[in-house]
Amino acid sequence: MSKAGWIRTFVLVAFFGAVEALCRTGVISPKLVIAPSAMVQAMVKLLGSGELNADIGETLSSVGIAMTLSIVGGFALGCVLYWLPPLRRAFDPFLAAYYSLPHFAFYPLLIVIFGLGSLPLIVLATLFAMVAMIMATLTGLDRIPRVLIKTARMQRLSLVSEIWHIRLPAAAPHLFSGLKLAVTYSFIGVIAGEFILSTSGLGHQIAYSYDNFDNPKMYGLILFVLGIATAFNLLVFAYERRLARQRGL
Amino acid sequence: MTAVRSLRGPLLLTLTLLVAWQILHQWAGDTALTAPLPTLEHLWLMIGQRRFLPHLRETGLAFAQALAIAWLGGVGMGVLLGGHRLSGEVAEPILVGLYSLPKITLYPVILLLFGLGMSAKVAFGALHGIIPVVLFTMNAVRNVNRTYLRTGQAMRLTPAQKGWYILIPATLPEIFTGLRIGFSLTLLGTMLGELFASQRGLGFLLMTAIELNDVQTILSIAVLISLFAVIANSILLAIDKRLHRGAAA
Amino acid sequence: MTEVVARLSDVSRVYPPRAGHAAVHALGPLSLELRKGEFFSVVGPSGCGKSTLLDVMAGLSPPSQGTVEFENRRIDGNVPDGVGVVFQEDASFPWLTVEDNVAFGLRRLGMDAGEVRRRVDFAVGFMGLNDFRRAYPSQLSGGMRQRVCIARTLVLQPRLILLDEPFGALDQQTRLLMGDELLRLWRETSATVMLITHALDEANLLSDRIGVMSARPGRFIDVVETGWPRDRDSRLAERPDFGAVTSRLWSLLRTESMLAMGQGVAAAQ
Repeated sequence: MSKAGWIRTFVLVAFFGAVEALCRTGVISPKLVIAPSAMVQAMVKLLGSGELNADIGETLSSVGIAMTLSIVGGFALGCVLYWLPPLRRAFDPFLAAYYSLPHFAFYPLLIVIFGLGSLPLIVLATLFAMVAMIMATLTGLDRIPRVLIKTARMQRLSLVSEIWHIRLPAAAPHLFSGLKLAVTYSFIGVIAGEFILSTSGLGHQIAYSYDNFDNPKMYGLILFVLGIATAFNLLVFAYERRLARQRGL
Repeated sequence: MTAVRSLRGPLLLTLTLLVAWQILHQWAGDTALTAPLPTLEHLWLMIGQRRFLPHLRETGLAFAQALAIAWLGGVGMGVLLGGHRLSGEVAEPILVGLYSLPKITLYPVILLLFGLGMSAKVAFGALHGIIPVVLFTMNAVRNVNRTYLRTGQAMRLTPAQKGWYILIPATLPEIFTGLRIGFSLTLLGTMLGELFASQRGLGFLLMTAIELNDVQTILSIAVLISLFAVIANSILLAIDKRLHRGAAA
Repeated sequence: MTEVVARLSDVSRVYPPRAGHAAVHALGPLSLELRKGEFFSVVGPSGCGKSTLLDVMAGLSPPSQGTVEFENRRIDGNVPDGVGVVFQEDASFPWLTVEDNVAFGLRRLGMDAGEVRRRVDFAVGFMGLNDFRRAYPSQLSGGMRQRVCIARTLVLQPRLILLDEPFGALDQQTRLLMGDELLRLWRETSATVMLITHALDEANLLSDRIGVMSARPGRFIDVVETGWPRDRDSRLAERPDFGAVTSRLWSLLRTESMLAMGQGVAAAQ
């Protein structure tokens, strides 16, 4: 591991160690934050008991579907906007402002249209995550070096061949960034939705245990969600590193 | 004249959105979605009401404070981390990891730590906005063209002159992009924070309206926030584009 | 009578006016005939339209006026079969190995795998890339990457090879060696070669004929015949009559270059 890696590990260990110590000695009240080790214990207990399996399944499947739809849909829409510059110019200010819009305000509307259950939640999360993918697609397509397009023409490639063999691989790093963001925002969309207006799922469980002052359960759940999100991100990051090393980026 | 021409696209899009809204209203009915015109009328009335202003002020105050922390704190930290190579290297993966975490999951923790009220909202908003500002600033400072610095050295500039005449103009475009993204995320975080953290503010009004299924109010507030977001972002985007025009491609 | 492999007739290229910019008359009108099997260089001051000339000749860019013919057929806005281009910028695909880069065009044509391997082996060997077949372009130097691009064009067995300042980013010594390789390639393939360059020595050394362009909008001021033997390399520079050609090129170019510099200042304002 590099020097920075060692220092980083040390910093993280020191931080969590300090929190642990402060919690155990009571400097930080367990009514606020419970010790990290207690969080882990609570999480293990919850997972082991199986009482949350349904909620876990529900949340993760919602995230999974939202993720897939937003990545595929976002990519497709990004391509459409790229090929129609006037349309893109019209959308520009809205795309830029998208992430400050109050999406959750439209949740009730979605419930009316799609009924109760996971569907409005998935739609909300998909809409939330899609724009990140659209913007990443646009950036990726923009940044394809012109000389590669000229090479495609020189090689007399058909349009389909040019897109598949040159444009897509060239844009891949940016598309991948979009993918990462879409995953994150899918998580946020689903969990936030479950906080606000849901009767099941991990977000709801967290809100419920907060309302009932059940700190161990709450922190166990939070740790679990953050753990899954981090694990996913690390996987994606590792793959991205491999791609980048190949291209010398 | 080009300014007018560039507004044409977004205006057309706005018109299309309004039409789509009207159509959706016809189809879904008043209990799901009130029509555009009545909604805007309601918004206008609402703003006029005496009891509305305190809520607006509350949200404005929370947002302003969160933004100040995110922008100033973010740039400050970013400059330090960007300037000191090792610190930057240590911190970057942690920051990137935090950026991709669904921070909504930490919401109950923030509520426990800061209690209900203004500080929780400000904390949540700042938490969302500060990370991109740090990352973009760090990158901008780290990647300052070495040749510019050597030019400054060759001209025997004082550190203050180097900072003012070389470093700031060179890093400004990139930093500003970070500020712009930080703006959107801070607004998002502040609004999310307001949903549960207090008895005042637009978020509180929104949450109440959601619980009462007062569709007209939900949409009015959503429109108000959206308008603010889109206008603010358009201005920031225009400045962003301007700054980047002079920078090397 | 030598066969003409490519012909430009009264070609000019004008870029239409766009938001904030006036129309740009980038090239011409000019005419040119490339003789089959010759090595033709184009020199000229900056901004005179050399790259535009290459784009038009290759079919990458349609002329605003005049016609372009390749092997007696008009070019209609597509690159015709038999034309290969090596660009100034690095066009190697960073996501493919050297081998896959070189094989790229052939695989897209659906060529049989055995033939692909044969041609790739030849090109890779010819360009001295054998030790780097499995490497990625990011691991290679600029000169090596250009060799990859040349090899990738070579496997298509083009009858006309166009090169746009391919050695621009390289140091002088590497340039001279790459020039020798280019000559070797030219002789081996018996292709017609057109090279764009700003280096007068390089044009002199490599070419049978050199077209000298004026400042923008570029037209041919003159075409200089060198008369060098086909079997030449960089040691040609040792000949006493070598310098005379370079001097001739410069005397033609000097005024145009000063004009172009003035244009550059005006354009920046």
